[in-house]
Amino acid sequence: MPKPDAMWLPPSLETLAEDALLLRFGDRIDAAVNDRVHAAARRLASLPGVECVPAYASLLLRFEPARWRRGDAAPHEHLREAVATALRESDDTEAATREVTVPVWYGAEAGPDLDDVAAHARLTREEVVARHVAASYRVAMLGFAPGFPYLLGLDPALAMPRRTDPRLSVPAGSVAIGGSQTGIYPQALPGGWHLIGRTPWRLFDLRAAEPSLLRPGDRVRFRAIDGTEYARLAARADA
Amino acid sequence: MSVTVLKPGLLTSLQDGGRPGHAALGIGRAGAMDEPARRLANALVGNEEHEAALEFTLLGPTLRFERAAVIALTGGECGARAGDWPLPLWTCCLLPAGSVLQLGGMRRGCRGYLAVRGGFDAPPVLGSRSTDLHARLGPLDGRALQAGDRLAVGPPSRGPSPRGLRAPHALRWSLDPRPWLDDGETPLALLRGHHFDALDDASRQRLFTARFTVSKDSNRTASRLDGQRLALRQPLELVSEATLPGTVQLPPSGQPIVLQAEAPVTGGYPRVGQLAAADLPRLAQRRPGDAVCFRECTLAEAVERLARRQQRLQRLLHHIARRLESA
Repeated sequence: MPKPDAMWLPPSLETLAEDALLLRFGDRIDAAVNDRVHAAARRLASLPGVECVPAYASLLLRFEPARWRRGDAAPHEHLREAVATALRESDDTEAATREVTVPVWYGAEAGPDLDDVAAHARLTREEVVARHVAASYRVAMLGFAPGFPYLLGLDPALAMPRRTDPRLSVPAGSVAIGGSQTGIYPQALPGGWHLIGRTPWRLFDLRAAEPSLLRPGDRVRFRAIDGTEYARLAARADA
Repeated sequence: MSVTVLKPGLLTSLQDGGRPGHAALGIGRAGAMDEPARRLANALVGNEEHEAALEFTLLGPTLRFERAAVIALTGGECGARAGDWPLPLWTCCLLPAGSVLQLGGMRRGCRGYLAVRGGFDAPPVLGSRSTDLHARLGPLDGRALQAGDRLAVGPPSRGPSPRGLRAPHALRWSLDPRPWLDDGETPLALLRGHHFDALDDASRQRLFTARFTVSKDSNRTASRLDGQRLALRQPLELVSEATLPGTVQLPPSGQPIVLQAEAPVTGGYPRVGQLAAADLPRLAQRRPGDAVCFRECTLAEAVERLARRQQRLQRLLHHIARRLESA
């Protein structure tokens, strides 16, 4: 465990580009560090002309230089001041975090790697599902493809190195384990994670008012369903 | 009014100013690789600058215009003809109905832009008509043009459409392209990246002195650089973080990658540098095999150069608009 004082140092502020700053909160995948990233994102979201992009341990601020320019000074200086001020304010919006419960059909044709994960973890299939469903996850960031959530909070017993032979196409909705993370493929994509189940929900749908089902910082839980319920929910999602 | 694609060219896609504001959902900006060239093409046909233009790569498309059209070509230097008529670049051209516009191979530069008065019309996706080939998002379900595609053209926002033309016709004036063309030699300005200090001594020096070449594996996502390899003092285990167009990453192969318009929103390779934004279009115009050298640049210089280029571009856009009105 890192020392608490090291954990709570203010983030380092790094200049990335003419229109971008990066706040670094740490250098590893860690739930407490990621919590700080999302807390900062909530506080900084209201800065005008600034786009916040959270990642595991850092937060990108991409800004419109013209809106932050004052006189001759580089716009970065003004934004840095505004960021420092905003981060000093108290954060009481954590209560507003959404929790989304995603239905998953585990195993069988929906999760062809469930047996491999169980063997690797020396657990039964049922125990793997029980542990995957028991945890509460955080959407650490979205990336790789539109709407792909990297979820923190996997039971360490289920962690498993990625496949040595990535699949050329993983079906949309696949719920998978890669290293210490779990995630959901929003569309058919190449992928090297182990597929343990599939959700009938659409994670990314341009017809929806909000195309991505999940947002950075959301809490996610999984709920086990069977093939029949999967088919019923899938039909509803297609409607 | 529509345009039929007879031959798609090597890689041709609709691009506008990009799709900002959605990176937190894993959606990149995409947009034109050479943004000043795209904006100037729009200005030359009297479009608002946000209209989508066709971006073509190394070999341009062949297109049939159902009705008379006003077009402009900018960016890399390619052969262009409408039937038997050679067409000049960097000016406004009028094509009669039924014209077949043939764009040839690029003699200089890598990417060209074709704007049409009224703009290419396609339903915007998340506010943009840019094609994100990687995420398969945008016009034509996010793919490049194919033979047989029909592209709609919107109604002109200003100026009449030409009627009764018998032959293609170009305005008598054209832009001086030199300030907007890459000479293929100028070293590109590079800011040090967060992991620059993690390079070994020789590599730190090499980054700013070596002559790299653009790899044939380059695309709208990234320009990969061949020639010289860079090495870290020791391997780094990094956590993925946000990346940007212009970010210079160092994968384990040791060959630097400069991210481009379709930069992924996050990446986990060491970031050894950041290309000055004013030089991104220059790199976009270098083709496979072309040389790339970097020179070190400060943030203040990068900000200043970008601001100056924007001012110059704005002035020119105003000037073009006035000139079209008086024509």
